[in-house]
This record gives sequence, structure tokens and C-alpha cells, in this order.
Amino acid sequence: MSNHLLEFRDVTKTFRIGGLIWGTQLTAVDHVNLSLAKDKPSILSVVGESGSGKTTLAKILLRLHEPTSGHVFIDGEDIFDSRSALHGKDYYRFVQPIFQNPFETFSMRKTVDNYLFDTALQLGIAKSRNKAQDVVAEALTSVGLDISTVRGKYPNQFSGGELQRISVARGLIPRPKLIVADEPVSMIDASLRMNIVNLFLELKENYGVSLIYITHDLSTAYYVSDYIAIMYRGNVVEYGPSDEILTNAAHPYTELLLDSVPTVGKKWERNLKPPELELAEYQAAACKFAERCPYVQPICREIKPPQVRITETRRALCYRPVDYQPGKTTVESEQIAVPE
Amino acid sequence: MLKLRDLRAYYDTPKGTVKAVDGVTFDIRENEILGIAGESGCGKSTLLKVLYDYVQPPLRIVSGEYQAEMSTNGNQPKILGPGEVRKHWWDYISYIPQGSMSVLNPVVRIEKQFFDAVGKNQDIQNKNVIRERVAGYLKELELPVEVLKSYPHQLSGGMKQRVLVALGTFLHPQIVLADEPTTALDVVVQKGILMMLTEVQARMKNTLVMVSHDMGVHYQITNRMAIMYAGKLVELGPTEAIFNKPLHPYTQLLIEALPKVGDRRQREGISGRPPSLLNPPDGCRFAARCPQVMDVCRTKEPQLVEIEPDHYVACHLY
Repeated sequence: MSNHLLEFRDVTKTFRIGGLIWGTQLTAVDHVNLSLAKDKPSILSVVGESGSGKTTLAKILLRLHEPTSGHVFIDGEDIFDSRSALHGKDYYRFVQPIFQNPFETFSMRKTVDNYLFDTALQLGIAKSRNKAQDVVAEALTSVGLDISTVRGKYPNQFSGGELQRISVARGLIPRPKLIVADEPVSMIDASLRMNIVNLFLELKENYGVSLIYITHDLSTAYYVSDYIAIMYRGNVVEYGPSDEILTNAAHPYTELLLDSVPTVGKKWERNLKPPELELAEYQAAACKFAERCPYVQPICREIKPPQVRITETRRALCYRPVDYQPGKTTVESEQIAVPE
Repeated sequence: MLKLRDLRAYYDTPKGTVKAVDGVTFDIRENEILGIAGESGCGKSTLLKVLYDYVQPPLRIVSGEYQAEMSTNGNQPKILGPGEVRKHWWDYISYIPQGSMSVLNPVVRIEKQFFDAVGKNQDIQNKNVIRERVAGYLKELELPVEVLKSYPHQLSGGMKQRVLVALGTFLHPQIVLADEPTTALDVVVQKGILMMLTEVQARMKNTLVMVSHDMGVHYQITNRMAIMYAGKLVELGPTEAIFNKPLHPYTQLLIEALPKVGDRRQREGISGRPPSLLNPPDGCRFAARCPQVMDVCRTKEPQLVEIEPDHYVACHLY
């Protein structure tokens, strides 16, 4: 048995774009290594802009895409191996998704409690609809809702925040160890966001559920997570405890992200290099951020930067922390365990 | 510049009348960036539609006054009312909508969309002249001129939104309305677009009215803010004052709910949900969710009053 709840081992996913002959390859996820400890529930935020590969990462974890190379292990089992114990439907008793737009998660023509019952029945949590009652009621209670206020209602009778809570409740029915939430609050009003984000913290504390929180919002990521992985063009460019990363960024891209958050109490300075030529960046041989980086050196455009270990738990894909000297205290594709 | 007096704009629906903007009174000034904030369904987008004179059934103006003052070269300013403002779209007032993805025509090149939108307002009908001026304007805004030859799907979301800003400001309108111009964009791109909007405003010295639910965005770029709740204006004042000393409990909660990098204090969202605008409650509409609610709040509707110079609030606490 592994001591990791989740482990991405050198995972790469490439997509073909364009025609068979003239098409090119796009590497959406590029040799990603990430892990979550098993003994202690934790929240890992995956932060990046659109096109950074964060949703592809989520889809791999939900088995909607198979990686081109590399392996993903859940509880020590390779999830893409048909001989694994987590094959087929059983997998979703372990891992559950929460999607971005709660109004698209649920069909407008079905009452929402149906989804909860269906999940319980299909995953074999309850044998009959009657027995499922308790399971569903309990799941709704854990997100602060009552079954009597939900029963028989259609999605348009709820606000986005309430609906997202129901979506979380549905995910909790099989009592998963891990929830994958892809931009769960980006469609919700700023005033209701904190309610959902606080709910994630409660689930971690009270129910021992670990969470992969995928977002482009650094401020909620900082608030909720224990660890943060910053992605840029398929690479995890920085990884470590969220406190350290967001108060003392090592990678220039993290700096840029932090600088762009509209924070109350700190006005922006006017300097910015907008991203151009997205495809060229994906295909850049060396550092993909080089064209936008204020600290760029010739070496950044020639050789792909190494994984640099900054502290025991932190790493960055950048030459800057090692004074642009390749091969100094690097940890090329070595597995870095989350500290226990 | 723009004057609203007790304006009411309702939607007629099969279930009844939705009072989306219900008695709003305020002025929008020359050379300012005014932010309108509030939750979804508070009427902020409807208010923008009224300002843009884009009132179509089921939306209708029930009562109240709306006046737009258009300055003309040297002459007396012209007063425009509903029905007249729309004749001056693009050259006097322009609108930058939410979701650039669905606004640009996907099968028409950007260049043609520029001609369609601004061509008929131009004195010069020669396409080459317009083309040159458009290209020159894009250069001014530091956009690549090649976008003119592109179709919308060839551009990234951020670039499309920049094109819309360029399109909306090309004829130097006196008023620019922007409805959630950066929702659904990444923070880095968002910053670029907001910076572009403020730069254009500073150059033209016109009025920018921006709707957003993100208080952080308002803090960054606006001079003055209007906070809306359930169809009503609840607070109006200079942005600095709104953030330093929010008066209305709703504004206080909105600001408190903002998480911040470097600050892990427990934060709460606002519990409950806004009232239905089909049948809004008597008295203050925020009463049911207000932590400082009093008896009077449930019966008597608070009026907008000036508490400090230029800082208005509609709340019985003051």
C-alpha cells in the first residue's frame, strides 16, 4: 500500500490539433509530478490561466482522458490499469467531481433530488430508493441544507450558491476520499463564494475529504488550500505550501499572477506584457514563460529549466533560484512527497 | 451628464412584473469612472440597458425620468431622452458587453465588423480611409493590426475583449458603458483589459460606467461607486470612502467577504438570498439578511440621504 492518496507520476497528455498531415501536437500537461499524503486530509489548489492545462489535469484524474505517458495512482492503484482494484464504477466511490456551472450540472427538466438518489443507487451505496433516503438526507445535512427544502424542486428554484451546495452534497454521497472541483466558485457571486469555500474547509476538517481545487483565483486558493501548484502551459512551474508560495513567490509567473489580483488596499502599477502567440509558447523548447519573463536570460530560451528544490517542500521550474546555473540542487523528475 | 430620477424599469413575465430597477435616482458625471456593484439579479445590468436606451419588451420603463446631456462642438449641449439616445449609439454612447465570445459575429472578419458598427456614423464613406483610421487606432491601443483580418475564433478571449474595447471607443464616445467586461477572464488578462479601459478613459476624458460584481476590480479602477441591492440603490459615494468607511451593512458585508492573499482570517459570505423581485418585501429589501436589522426596517422604506459630502446611503441606521 502506498502512503499517497493521490500521485501523478510524470504524467503527460498531448492533443493533436489540426489535420492529420498538417496538424501539430499540443502538450496540455507536460511531465507533471504531484502527490497528496494519505494520512492527513489536505487541499491542493491547482492555479493557472486558461490554457495552462489545469482542466486537462482534472479530466485525467476523473478518467475522462487517458494520459499519453506517465501514471496516476490513487491509493497505490494505477487508475488506468484495467486490473486495478479501482476499476469501473468503483472508482467513483473514491473520487467525485464538482463542476464549474451548477446550472449546467443539473438538467432543468429533472428535480435535483433525483440526481442525489441516482448517485446513491448507481454507485451501490443504497439498495433501494427507500434506503437511499437516509444517505441523501445525511449528505444534504453535511452541506447545511435540509432534504425537505430540496425535495421535488427544479434547478431554477435555487440560487447558484445553493445549487452548488447540492452539487457538493451529491459528490459526498459515496463518501469519497477525494473531490475534484474544477472552478467551483467562478460562476457564483462574490458574496456567496466564501460560503462554498468555507464548506470545503469543513469537509476537510469534519469528514476527512481531500480536495483538488482547480481555480484561477489566487485569493480563494490562498484562503482554502494547504498546498498550491501553479501551472503554466502544461508545466507545474511552482509547487509548495500555499503560505510560502503566495507570500514569497519563486517563479516569475507566480509573481505576475500575484501582481494581477485586484486586491483591495493595493493599487496596481501600470506595467504588463500581454500574452501573445499561445501556440508558440506551448511548443517552446526551453522555458515556456521566457518570452514574458522580466528576468529572462539566454539560457532560458535554450535549455528547459530544471526542477529546483527551494526548501524541503517547495520546488520551482526556473533557473532564477539557482543563479542561472544548470545542474545545481535540482531534482529532475524525482518524486517529492508531501511532508507528513 | 446622465440624469436618473426615480426611474423604474420592469420586466413583464407570465408570472407577474419583475421590478428589476425600482426607483433609482442619481447623476453620472463627466470625466469619471463610475462602478456599479451588486449580486446577480440586483438590476445592475438592467440599469445599464436603460442608460443605453436599449429598452425592448418585456423590459419597459414604467415611470421616472432619464436625461442624457450631449455636448456638441461649441453649441448648447443637447438633451436626449429615451428613444433619442439610441440614435447616437457609437458616437455619443457605446456599450461593451459581457462575454466577448458570443458578441462578435463568428463568420465575419473583425475588419468588416468595424465597418458595420462605425461606418454609418462616419462622414467619410471611403472604406480605405476608415480602414487606415481603424488601423491607426489599434496601433494607438497597442493591438496588433493583423487582428483586423482575423475571424473571432482565431483570437483568444482576452484579445476579443480588447477588440470590443477598441470598437466601443473608436468614435470617441462621451459615455462608455461596460457590463462585466472581464468576467470569465484570467487575472492576468483581466488586469490588461482594465488597464486598457482606464487608459482610454484618461485619454478621452469621457465617462466610463462599469458594472461588475468583483469589489476588487472596482477598487482598482473606479472613482465613484453605486451599490445596488434588489433593484434599489443602497449606497453611492467616492470609491475611497466606500472602502474606507462603508455605511450600508450590505456594502460592509460585500467588502468583508473578499478573501485576500496574505490574510487567512475566517471570512463569511452573506447568508440567505436576495428577495424575489416579483413581489419584493415592504420596507428595506435587505432587512431579511441584515445583521443590524431593526423593527422599522421591515415596515418603512429607507430613502437615499447624504451622510457625508457626496456619500449617500439608504439605511435607517443613519
